[in-house]
Amino acid sequence: MTASGAVSSRTVLSSADIDRALTRIAYEILEANKGPEDLVLMGIPLRGYPLARRLAEKIAAAAPGVDPAAITGQLDVTMFRDDLARRPTRPPYATRVPVTGIDDKVVVLVDDVLYSGRTIRSALDALVDLGRPRIVRLAVLVDRGHRELPIRADHVGKNLPTSSAEQVRVRLAECDTPATDEVVIEGTA
Amino acid sequence: MRHLLSTADLSHRDALAILDTAEQMAAVGEREVKKLPALRGRTVVNLFFEDSTRTRISFEAAAKRLSADVINFSAKGSSVSKGESLKDTAQTLAAMGADAVVIRHGSSGAPARLASSGWIDAAVLNAGDGTHEHPTQALLDAFTMRRHWARLHGTESTGTDLAGMKVLIAGDVLHSRVARSDLWLLRTLGAEVTLVAPPTLLPFGVGSWPCTVSYDLDDALAARPDAVMMLRVQGERMDSAFFPSVREYSRRWGLDDVRLDRLDTLGLKDTIIMHPGPMNRGLEISARAADSPRSTVLDQVRNGVSVRMASLYLLLSGENSTDRTAQEQKR
Amino acid sequence: MSTTGTYLIRGAAVLGAEPADIRIENGVITAVAPGLPVPGDAQLIEAEGLIALPGMVDLHTHLREPGREDAETVETGTRAAALGGFTAVHAMANSMPVADTAGVVEQVLSLGERAGWVDVRPVGAVTVGLAGEKLAELGAMADSRARVRVFSDDGKCVWDPVLMRRALEYVKAFDGVIAQHAQEPRLTEGAQMNEGEVSAVLGLAGWPAVAEESIIARDVLLARHTGSRLHVCHVSTAGSVEILRWAKELGIRVTAEVTPHHLLLTDELVRTYDPVYKVNPPLRTAADVQAVRLGLADGTIDIVGTDHAPHPSEHKEGEWAGAAMGMTGLETALSVVQHAMIDTGLMDWAGFARVTSRTPALIGQLPDQGRPIAAGEPANVILVNPTASRRVDPSKMATKGRNSPFAGLDLPGGVEAVFYAGHPTVLNGRLNTPHPAASKEF
Repeated sequence: MTASGAVSSRTVLSSADIDRALTRIAYEILEANKGPEDLVLMGIPLRGYPLARRLAEKIAAAAPGVDPAAITGQLDVTMFRDDLARRPTRPPYATRVPVTGIDDKVVVLVDDVLYSGRTIRSALDALVDLGRPRIVRLAVLVDRGHRELPIRADHVGKNLPTSSAEQVRVRLAECDTPATDEVVIEGTA
Repeated sequence: MRHLLSTADLSHRDALAILDTAEQMAAVGEREVKKLPALRGRTVVNLFFEDSTRTRISFEAAAKRLSADVINFSAKGSSVSKGESLKDTAQTLAAMGADAVVIRHGSSGAPARLASSGWIDAAVLNAGDGTHEHPTQALLDAFTMRRHWARLHGTESTGTDLAGMKVLIAGDVLHSRVARSDLWLLRTLGAEVTLVAPPTLLPFGVGSWPCTVSYDLDDALAARPDAVMMLRVQGERMDSAFFPSVREYSRRWGLDDVRLDRLDTLGLKDTIIMHPGPMNRGLEISARAADSPRSTVLDQVRNGVSVRMASLYLLLSGENSTDRTAQEQKR
Repeated sequence: MSTTGTYLIRGAAVLGAEPADIRIENGVITAVAPGLPVPGDAQLIEAEGLIALPGMVDLHTHLREPGREDAETVETGTRAAALGGFTAVHAMANSMPVADTAGVVEQVLSLGERAGWVDVRPVGAVTVGLAGEKLAELGAMADSRARVRVFSDDGKCVWDPVLMRRALEYVKAFDGVIAQHAQEPRLTEGAQMNEGEVSAVLGLAGWPAVAEESIIARDVLLARHTGSRLHVCHVSTAGSVEILRWAKELGIRVTAEVTPHHLLLTDELVRTYDPVYKVNPPLRTAADVQAVRLGLADGTIDIVGTDHAPHPSEHKEGEWAGAAMGMTGLETALSVVQHAMIDTGLMDWAGFARVTSRTPALIGQLPDQGRPIAAGEPANVILVNPTASRRVDPSKMATKGRNSPFAGLDLPGGVEAVFYAGHPTVLNGRLNTPHPAASKEF
């Protein structure tokens, strides 16, 4: 940290806010798809996967007969990134495709924060190597703007105007310590 | 990690990072599209001063699956003197813009020289140097053992090590780069290692190694190893009086049919048999042992591509490669 | 003898004892006492804080000429010797052609005389072409203008026990000495480094201590049997020191040498695979280093010999197994010995003079070298600053070889001045001029 200015931190989404946003997204997904037919939710590590699981649970609650585990997968995009030579080494995460596969499915990519759009670009490439979905949609918990590629989300939990000096931190009970849900904006005051 | 020269340099964390990454690479190998774009635009040179088609093909497949450009450079039989050859070759490769050099050399330490000489600014992967080390072979051995060990314990192999596993390595330890690399890596991963060899084929100074040393294969098998690794023995060693005859070697230190059956008698139903290849069937290992369900020889070959992909990816994608990129941009 | 002038060295501690003035006139020390008057024509050398020692004598130098002038010449090697504090060096016989005839040894002698930096004493080969098969014409070399008294196949061992016996016997005719490179060849086939814990890990073929010790044991027994003089080159193992100690207790006529690098460095350095550490005999363990230091201190090992072995860089930069063996040593010997022996309290400067000057001159039979610093003695005197310190930089050395294993080390001691037969070849730590008796023209 630089000597100038203390780090300010403000919570923009509480645990309850996150839950409400996910519920809304789950209904939007069902509405856009006219039901749960052929839906596959592919979470992008690290935090996209637990979000995908939660969305699947909510979809199953609204559409009886859906097995949330059977429609959720994980899509690692590490090896498809365009900045591998510019960043510290990232070990890849596992990619897990539901047993149904993704051919002719409606695949919803799920991530926590949409920013430059480069991760989603990588995800689209990674997806192509796994099969040929009928439709690909994108759901994100937070869209903070500053897009660098022609990519937009179909389902957004919250639009957060930020400056690029700020950082958006998403914490989820499944993968963070302490195990809480919240979205925080950090930046120099 | 800047280079991969010796398993002795690998921390527990580094070793797990390679093995865990290799698990993801193995998963890619089971998909219809077996290729990843991670090393697109990167150049990997296979610099082989010794023939080894198996190792070269494995590295070549690994690099190609990561979309790197591969150049095979066979420097065997070069007319220039040895010292000049390594330097001249390295400078040639540097001029060609190699990002990684996979080197196989008959002299121990040649990869270390290449990495520290300043002749070339590429990542150096040791693909076997003299009687020193063969780190990717050790990594594929550990990868194979870890999958077996995890399956026995009903866990995922990713994230686990070999704590408590008992590994027996038998054969020509003195001339084996595999034995050295295996020993350091297996110890780092928490396995217990026993080396079995004729006293003539153990290095002077083996007493300081972190393992048990035995001259008796039957005693070592009775100690109930979880994996038995048989090392290749070259018949020519007989001419240098390392042992009196191939038959005597085979009788005392070979995994023959009698010893294979003894694994069953001892109730070692889960003990695997490994070999780095190429095998001398009938010398250090009987054909029946080599082809038995215990044998992991083909798994080892398959896993070789995965650990080499992981090694190339981890060496070429990190911050070090950023330095290189920055330098290239300055030029 | 041409005139070399008059010098008054003021306030030098002779052999590290009380300061005194030393007067040198026309190649001879004419007075040693405190408070000497300064003669009108004398050049005054202020030597307060410096130690005066007899010029160092190296029994083991590879000057490479004739044949390998790309590695070193007599001119460059003797410049290095002067800068290192030497006034005499013995040029080893493994030149190309080998110094196995009167013609070659006389050529080396002449090259040394023309250079004029130090006495160059050629060593003659024991066997023709160092091949270990047939005795060279030892008598012809002894009778030549070069007056060879030290014979060695250094680099190769005189392995054949019959040939070694004959050589030891034969040189009695002119009071010569056989300097043996003790290396059992079968035990060291393909050997790359000391055989031990480090070689086991590095996968480099081992050079076992027993390969040195077994030859030394055999040779001291041969020397006892024949009553001849034996000199053992570059002793490197603790076991060798024990055998020599036993032999000396029995009164066997054996002398032994240790190199500066074996007094300081260990095989741990080989872990770098940098061929600058490749040498024959190889760097040994810390226990061996301690044993040769104690052996040198108690007289079991008689002298320090540099085994200065320059190589062109292309022979020292490839992979270990393909690289040449050898290290430079002339310009670092004094510093290394001070560091290893004097600064550790194992030896004083009088002892230093014994092992670097007096005894090597006796073994090599050089009547004008290794003499006391006293009136009437030949003026081979050096001035050493024991409190100096420097970082070793091979690129600044006078030798052509850049293969110093001490590169980058901070070592004590500096050679400030060297008087060679009354003439200052080195002044203020820099080369001055060769001895005026040297004839540069052919």
